[in-house]
Amino acid sequence: MDQQRLSTLHPGESCRVLLVDGKDKQIRRRLFDMGVTPGAEIYVRKMAPLGDPVEITIRNYELTLRKNEAEAVLVEVTSHGNEK
Amino acid sequence: METRNRKIALAGNPNSGKTTLFNNLTGSTAHVGNWPGVTVEKRSGTYRNKKTGERIEIVDLPGIYSLSPYTSEEVISRNYILEESPDCLINVVDATNLERNLYLTTQLLEMNVPVVIALNMSDLVRKQGDLIDAKALQEKIGVPVVEISALRGENLAHLMEVASQECGKPRKGSSVLKESKINKLIASLEITLREKGVENSLFHAIKLVEGDEIECEMHKDLLPMVEEFRETFRDPVFQDDFEAYVADCRYKAIGRDFSPAYKRKEGGRDGSKKLSLSDRIDKVLTNRWAGIPIFIAILFVLFHLIFGSDLLYLGAMGAFGAEGLADPLAGTIWEGLFVDFGINSPGVILHNFVDIVLNNLILGNISEAMSAAEVYPWAQSLVCDGILGGIFAVLGFLPEILCLFLAFSVLEDTGYMARVAFILDRIFRRFGITGRAFMPMIMGFGCSVPAMINTRTLATEREKVATIRVIPFFSCGAKLPILTGCAGAIAQSFGFPYVDLITVSMYVLGVVAAILMLLLMRHTTMRGEAAPFIMELPAYHLPQFKSLMVHLWDKTKHYVKKAFTIIFASTVLIWFLQSFSWNWTYIGVEETGNSILASLGQLIQPLFTPLGFGSQIGPLGWVFAVGAITGLIAKENVLGTFAVLAAMLLGGVADDYGEVESVLAMVQSTGILWPGIIAYIAFNMLTIPCFAACATAKAELPKGKFRWTILFWLTSSYLISSMIYLVLSWWWTLFIFLFLIALLILGIWYVNQIRDGKRRLPWRRA
Repeated sequence: MDQQRLSTLHPGESCRVLLVDGKDKQIRRRLFDMGVTPGAEIYVRKMAPLGDPVEITIRNYELTLRKNEAEAVLVEVTSHGNEK
Repeated sequence: METRNRKIALAGNPNSGKTTLFNNLTGSTAHVGNWPGVTVEKRSGTYRNKKTGERIEIVDLPGIYSLSPYTSEEVISRNYILEESPDCLINVVDATNLERNLYLTTQLLEMNVPVVIALNMSDLVRKQGDLIDAKALQEKIGVPVVEISALRGENLAHLMEVASQECGKPRKGSSVLKESKINKLIASLEITLREKGVENSLFHAIKLVEGDEIECEMHKDLLPMVEEFRETFRDPVFQDDFEAYVADCRYKAIGRDFSPAYKRKEGGRDGSKKLSLSDRIDKVLTNRWAGIPIFIAILFVLFHLIFGSDLLYLGAMGAFGAEGLADPLAGTIWEGLFVDFGINSPGVILHNFVDIVLNNLILGNISEAMSAAEVYPWAQSLVCDGILGGIFAVLGFLPEILCLFLAFSVLEDTGYMARVAFILDRIFRRFGITGRAFMPMIMGFGCSVPAMINTRTLATEREKVATIRVIPFFSCGAKLPILTGCAGAIAQSFGFPYVDLITVSMYVLGVVAAILMLLLMRHTTMRGEAAPFIMELPAYHLPQFKSLMVHLWDKTKHYVKKAFTIIFASTVLIWFLQSFSWNWTYIGVEETGNSILASLGQLIQPLFTPLGFGSQIGPLGWVFAVGAITGLIAKENVLGTFAVLAAMLLGGVADDYGEVESVLAMVQSTGILWPGIIAYIAFNMLTIPCFAACATAKAELPKGKFRWTILFWLTSSYLISSMIYLVLSWWWTLFIFLFLIALLILGIWYVNQIRDGKRRLPWRRA
């Protein structure tokens, strides 16, 4: 199984959340509240022009988060998409 | 006997249409309530039942995603429901985004308060071809579910009827965690809490299990119970992480019980590859290459429309011919429509119009009438210069403030503002703030007041405080005359012809000062992780005219109210100091030199010696101090005061002296040198902003932070300006300052190392 951090995924890829394990309690809680919980399906939509915050689709809405916050999310890649 | 009005609170996710519902229910009766001690607005208004005539108070709570203890909005909503116990809670749920919206619902249901769920935007769901089975949802959740469309006003009367019926019925909290593995712990905690006489025991019990900071502080004695249970609890995924487990249970329960009520059209959104209109707009606006240029273009157009004095550069392009356009409307109230060679921008036209109506028509006529009636000169001056002059100075900004506010509300409403934050976050995080803080700062170039109000969209208190503090450094429109006047005077008296260069570098100075101060705060008083940036990007939609207008009207009332209270009091005080001498006799504006204010100016004059406009410029040097003080009413007053003082010193009337001439007069009579003038510009730009901005800052900042903020403005402006003066006068002092700054950075770094425990003080042995 292809386990990765959410921060390493590329636009167009899809994944499923396995674990949220950041050290910062506030960030962790915020991720939970926004629906980033184990089992949730994520589609990585795009990156900001300067390459950092990423935009994802989760639970049918669009969420943006920074890479270092995405670092706290362990995922398994479910699809590499058809974009390069 | 009159019974207490019923109280119904609206709670829900940001962007769920709560405010639209609120405006629709309360109509024009909405009023802005500023609750003490809180910085985030809770609004309340009255709903009138058309059939029975009953009045119900509606409270609009700030939009939240959860009841966690981390953001002020969440804490406010939570405390409101727990402590003020409204008769009923309407949970506004965005039906197009059911899953995440219901997450908050599962938490609200845990409190002992009647809840009605308003499924908003159900019309949009139907338009997509999907369907929501409200009945099934109602059965599963156990509280009434009403489909509405807040925007079109559909079904609102029914919603209120259901809510009124619920008002009387007490409801016991219920939780989706009842079927989870931690139910035993929740149940025993709940019993213990109930025995202690705690209300909403279920809610508190669950928060305790989550390890909620506020809750753990309140019920420390119960923590051993949680720990004991944790010892025995093992979950293959979550181990003993209750917080994660609870969140997961909530979403699982939503997925299992509630989401099935949402029936997607066959081959609906999930399956199809077709991009929605919102997606297509987004592709362009946040494009890798075009995103930032588009943003800059939008910003430019906005500022051009509001502050530009040559619309579309018609004048510069010679659209009206080389002779330009003689203002055909001169002398009428429409005078401000044209500039020399073109047309003013809408913002400037409005500004000129209001200015002419207030000052020429109203003030002029009152002043004439009073002269004709031969009232005491001091009374006339009190009314015209003190009271009306002060209030009109503040109201004169209203057009720009409102235009700017409207423009940015539109951007916010359409969903573009969130994308701006998305695009720019990368740049701003290194200063300890998120991309969201950028908009308020840029608005500061227009006017600090709407800029500070807009910090409300920032996620954390820390980011908000930091942003409000640096907003005045982004030099606002009213400070421009100081810049052009002083720069012009330098050009004429010291033979430095590059007026533009001085102006631009002062703007740059403000931005650099803002960045440096953000960095300084980041590493000293506001240490810790940068604010998180986990934010919903709402779908684009057209702004709603009605809610925009309500919003704008709210702001206007707020601002006007302030103009008549705190700002009014301050301006009258300064008028008094300016027009009376120490023996309590009225001396008039022409003799400001003998006023109390002048002697106060003389008193503090030596303080400004390091800044170049203190003791070294002789006995008349107090004029600069006095200018800075009157500038607090409105920054335009700095030069206004100079004009008055120029007339006093050199003869003539104040109206004879334009911006540059006023400063020139000051230069001639005091002998101030150009580094001093530059330092004076810098000081006025960076120091305490006008009273209107101060009042806004006080309202927006958390309790106790305002004093420190004032101190922050004073010290930073003082230090930076004196540095400028000293370096410009004696270039080699630059090295001293560089050395001191290096020492400071080293010191901060060292202290932080000790604070982080990475290093010990040398004299403390292990």
